[in-house]
Amino acid sequence: MSIQTLKSLADALAQKKTSSRELVTDYLGRIEAQNAAINAFITVDRDGALAAADAADKAIAAGSAGPLTGLPIAHKDIFCTEGVLTTCGSKMLANFVSPYDAHVVSQLKAAGAVSLGKTNCDEFAMGSTNENSAYGAVKNPWNLSRVPGGSSGGSAAAVAAGMIPAATGTDTGGSIRQPAGLCGVTGIKPTYGTVSRYGMVAYASSLDQGGPMAHTAEDCALLLNHMAGFDSRDSTSLERARDDYSAQLNQPLSGLRIGLPKEYFGDGLAADVRAAIENALAELRKLGASTVEVSLPNTHLAIPAYYVIAPAEASSNLSRFDGVRYGHRAAEYRELIDAKTPALDAMYLRSRAEGFGAEVKRRILVGTYVLSHGYYDAYYIKAQQLRRLIAEDFKQALTQCDVIAGPVAPTAAWGIGQMADDPVQMYLADIYTIAVNLAGLPALSTPAGFSGDNMPVGLQLIGNYFGEARLLNVAHQLQQATDWHLRRPDR
Amino acid sequence: MSLSLEQVDRIARLARIELTPADAEATQAKLNGIFGLIEAMQAVDTTGVAPMSHPQDVVQRLRADAVIESDRRAAYQAVAPEAEAGLYLVPKVIE
Repeated sequence: MSIQTLKSLADALAQKKTSSRELVTDYLGRIEAQNAAINAFITVDRDGALAAADAADKAIAAGSAGPLTGLPIAHKDIFCTEGVLTTCGSKMLANFVSPYDAHVVSQLKAAGAVSLGKTNCDEFAMGSTNENSAYGAVKNPWNLSRVPGGSSGGSAAAVAAGMIPAATGTDTGGSIRQPAGLCGVTGIKPTYGTVSRYGMVAYASSLDQGGPMAHTAEDCALLLNHMAGFDSRDSTSLERARDDYSAQLNQPLSGLRIGLPKEYFGDGLAADVRAAIENALAELRKLGASTVEVSLPNTHLAIPAYYVIAPAEASSNLSRFDGVRYGHRAAEYRELIDAKTPALDAMYLRSRAEGFGAEVKRRILVGTYVLSHGYYDAYYIKAQQLRRLIAEDFKQALTQCDVIAGPVAPTAAWGIGQMADDPVQMYLADIYTIAVNLAGLPALSTPAGFSGDNMPVGLQLIGNYFGEARLLNVAHQLQQATDWHLRRPDR
Repeated sequence: MSLSLEQVDRIARLARIELTPADAEATQAKLNGIFGLIEAMQAVDTTGVAPMSHPQDVVQRLRADAVIESDRRAAYQAVAPEAEAGLYLVPKVIE
């Protein structure tokens, strides 16, 4: 089965070769057929999707359709969707039906996109394998015994399996790019502050950023055009003129200078991933780009700094889950009441112990410690200082090149369960993605061939602030010259 | 650096997460693994480096002191574990 891009589906709708109802019904069938095996969706909103498809068909008939009208998409289950379950992959929110839409959700809805449901993810977006979901692990469509990556693993797997043509994701330390790479799809994390975080359940607020995941860079540009933009409800949203992310797609790559950080091609990189990346770089050179070695000397500090900043912010953000205003409340907690534990504290203690999974608890505990009295300067402030050093590295490197390229992950997808008991090992797999979040830069993953055991490999392209259009241009041109993004798992 | 069991208990208490004695040791080992990773930071001299909290170094926006939200109390309380007469219900706080 060949891939269907948003672009091709939009053309079919415009030419009246199909209707939104027909498309949505087709994709609902694909989800139904494959979800038992892949577990990419937590919630399928059949009725809502069909109603929205009918409304889209009316708009198309009336000539009032927009660029996304009638196109099926899905949202990572970390985006609040009014009237539809929003679990964040957590037992804590097993019954949470959001009373409002996230900004990204309302923007895509307003542009006419039809949401078919909510995709699985690591609990509260904390993880790199999608094994940390209260709703079960997601399977990689290329090999069901492998992880799809995470935390936006459900979105990546759903697109790769053809269950949905595109989906939203969020990226705090690589959670769009890494699963996109491991599943062979395209995904972009925009510049911090570009996409509103309103209604996107917070993990680490100074790093979190939403973005699109799809088969092609062209489709990502199309979605990002509607996801980005200033929103007063997000205090870190940037007030700047709208970009047209599709405008530069067809620009030739002649003269493009690609920086290759020597730290991204060191010992930890698997030989087959290195070979695939070298091959993709050779394609880019054929298209007129040149490559130059650059250095990001503080790369090794990114993971330590991240595992202070992200847990610190998580411990603060997740304090809102108190069993009072929303989320899980323990049924029984009276035996915890004693002289220093009043009933309300007992309720908090038990509700949070029952509602959160192991990895989320670990990060909350790490964060609580590093923010506690006497440790704040030694950890959080220190990590923020390192963050500046890391950002300065990129600034320096980007004076020597237009974009930076390298692998998304040191290996292709590994086996489910392989790292499940070793969080530190799992953290280290994010070595090439985390620094980008600390610096707040835009970066994408585009398919770049396959590993020795035929699993997808992702090429990461990192741009300067607000350089999304250029990154999408480079990925689009690569996709015009290669067919890696068109390959589908043999299922 | 290495956390003692007492420290792990204290942190869990601060974070309002019940930690049973059975879980405490496993949690301690995993947390110490993570802190082992984090400690690499301390080797770097960051004297004079300004902490970075926002990549664009922007400051918080201010808005006019005006009402901009509509009253959606009923919708928000509909998702609460226990609410009654417009109030969130919690276990008895004052004896």
